[in-house]
Amino acid sequence: MERPIRVLVAKPGLDGHDRGAKVLARALRDAGMEVIYTGLRQTPEQIVEAALQEDVDVIGLSCLSGAHNHLFPRVTQLLKEKQAEDILVLGGGIIPEEDIPGLLAAGISAVFTPGTPTSAVIDYIKEHVKR
Amino acid sequence: MAEEKDLRKAKEAWEQGTLAKVTARFPERKAEFTTLSGMPVERLYTPLDTAELDYERDLGFPGQYPYTRGVQPTMYRGRLWTMRQYAGFGTAEESNERYKYLLEQGQTGLSVAFDLPTQIGYDSDHPLAQGEVGKVGVAIDSLADMETLFAGIPLDKVSTSMTINAPAAVLLAMYIAVAEKQGVPSRKLSGTIQNDILKEYAARGTYIFPPKPSMRLITDIFAYCSQNLPEWNTISISGYHIREAGCTAVQEVAFTLANGIAYVEAAIRAGLNVDSFAPRLSFFFNAQMDLLEEVAKFRAARRLWARIMKERFGAKDPRSMMLRFHTQTAGCALTAQQPDNNIIRVTIQALAAVLGGTQSLHTNSRDEALSLPTEESVRIALRTQQIIAYESGVTNTIDPLAGSYAVESMTNRIEKEAQAYLERIDKLGGAVAAIEQGFIQREIQESAYAYQRAVESGERIVVGVNKFQVENEQPPEIHKVDPEVERRQCAKLNELRANRDNGKVSQVLAELREAAKGDDNLMPYILESVRAYATLGEICGVLREVFGEYQPAVIF
Repeated sequence: MERPIRVLVAKPGLDGHDRGAKVLARALRDAGMEVIYTGLRQTPEQIVEAALQEDVDVIGLSCLSGAHNHLFPRVTQLLKEKQAEDILVLGGGIIPEEDIPGLLAAGISAVFTPGTPTSAVIDYIKEHVKR
Repeated sequence: MAEEKDLRKAKEAWEQGTLAKVTARFPERKAEFTTLSGMPVERLYTPLDTAELDYERDLGFPGQYPYTRGVQPTMYRGRLWTMRQYAGFGTAEESNERYKYLLEQGQTGLSVAFDLPTQIGYDSDHPLAQGEVGKVGVAIDSLADMETLFAGIPLDKVSTSMTINAPAAVLLAMYIAVAEKQGVPSRKLSGTIQNDILKEYAARGTYIFPPKPSMRLITDIFAYCSQNLPEWNTISISGYHIREAGCTAVQEVAFTLANGIAYVEAAIRAGLNVDSFAPRLSFFFNAQMDLLEEVAKFRAARRLWARIMKERFGAKDPRSMMLRFHTQTAGCALTAQQPDNNIIRVTIQALAAVLGGTQSLHTNSRDEALSLPTEESVRIALRTQQIIAYESGVTNTIDPLAGSYAVESMTNRIEKEAQAYLERIDKLGGAVAAIEQGFIQREIQESAYAYQRAVESGERIVVGVNKFQVENEQPPEIHKVDPEVERRQCAKLNELRANRDNGKVSQVLAELREAAKGDDNLMPYILESVRAYATLGEICGVLREVFGEYQPAVIF
């Protein structure tokens, strides 16, 4: 049997808004994925370390504080340094439209903004996960 | 109860006759109607639903126990609520300009938003502060920034609310020190610090220290202010963020009051007389979309708190029993889609807060699901309050929805269900234990997930999100925080460290460290540190050394 998709849901930075991260973690789990949630205040280093240790296929980054331009690219850069670019990295939160192209260019596969149904994220992961 | 019997009969006759005829041909839209929180709503409320209500016991008169109808005898006929827009971004200079703008526009109180490093006790040059400086609020590293923040704003003339929790003692000390420099004695200061650590553990996330030393800091503030800042609200016990995290109206009341009980118990344990600090406790609630449920919620919270203070804690001073509260409209109800629709949402929510008898109000701006609000959006949000205040007429009479069978019935129900939660939390050992065991967090998450599923299944309609969408929306203009803020703030900090009396700083911090190890009230030591221009990060660093840091259990 194929092993379930493993996802790390992570809160980089100091932001404490984790309603979305937790709802999504729960929805992914209900969709049959194995989900690890980091809890709050993770550095990009801690997130990448956890992702490698847990051997995940996907990292979901959630940030509502406006620090996404600093934090998200740092995660993809560290993954590159660890030759773990096959991990799919998604971003979510209060992210202005105009910031999205930069994040995509930095290696974030997709950015999900407020109002996105969890089913859209689930479908995206199933379609794009590399393994 | 002959009348009740007659009415029951009449109602049955209506149901079987007039109503049945219509529903046979035109069934109702849904089998069950519920509030936003999932509370069942009846088709029709009649005196039968409020038969238990005893006017004098349960409602009373405004300004009298149990304060169901409001905490002041004249409510908005005497004075309107304080219009207080939460604001702050970038550096102290930029935020100072925004405050002056808001005061010019007719705002009547200030409400300071701090950035996350400030809220978590890090200086702007701390590695964890990178990318966060000046983003969700203003960056404050030392008294020097605080002086800039309030430059030209006379602190004896405005009341200031500060959303600061774990390092509340430090920011309050800075405020006192700025006032001293303006020649304003601390006795004349009025305002609020949020200072509510328990909801940080449960829902908001800006904790630093473990519960025990955190509760000590809080009770130290209670004791210090009762002597030195008699007009200061020492805490704003907040349901707002718990509701934002996804809980129901009943849970918002229950978890907030459970935290309130924990603070009162901690202060009594610390040797304070209940009536010496309880009059300065204040509350902070959310105003969500379901108008009737929200009005009932505010009324129920007031009555329940009055009863708790009188019956459980034996308070004698009527002010100890008054639940005074600030309200903010629900951030989580704002949609990124068709953001102008949010103006209407905020209007309904603000109306609920006013009909519920709030003492102060923040109305969210239409663009806050996209970024921090633009100046224009903030003005519309403030105008929304002014239109309700000056044009709608709802301020002319006190508690105008009282006596509505529906609202009274919902008020009773919310009080009763919140009371049941309080009993469960007591059995778990109180709010601190309930949070440590993850009970509160799990309850919130269950509600949040249930809501999300209801939206995704289409059972709950959110206009513009899962119905009435438009294609190819043009993104509106949004507010941007200058990316140079972090660099500028760090430069200012370096300059401060180079120019202050560092010998003095080491000395006051050493004294603070010793005091933290013992059980002296920490406020005077923190005030001395602040006056010497010790930074927020240095002061919190000393306390981190002595107290340790909170390690949350990850629950989802």
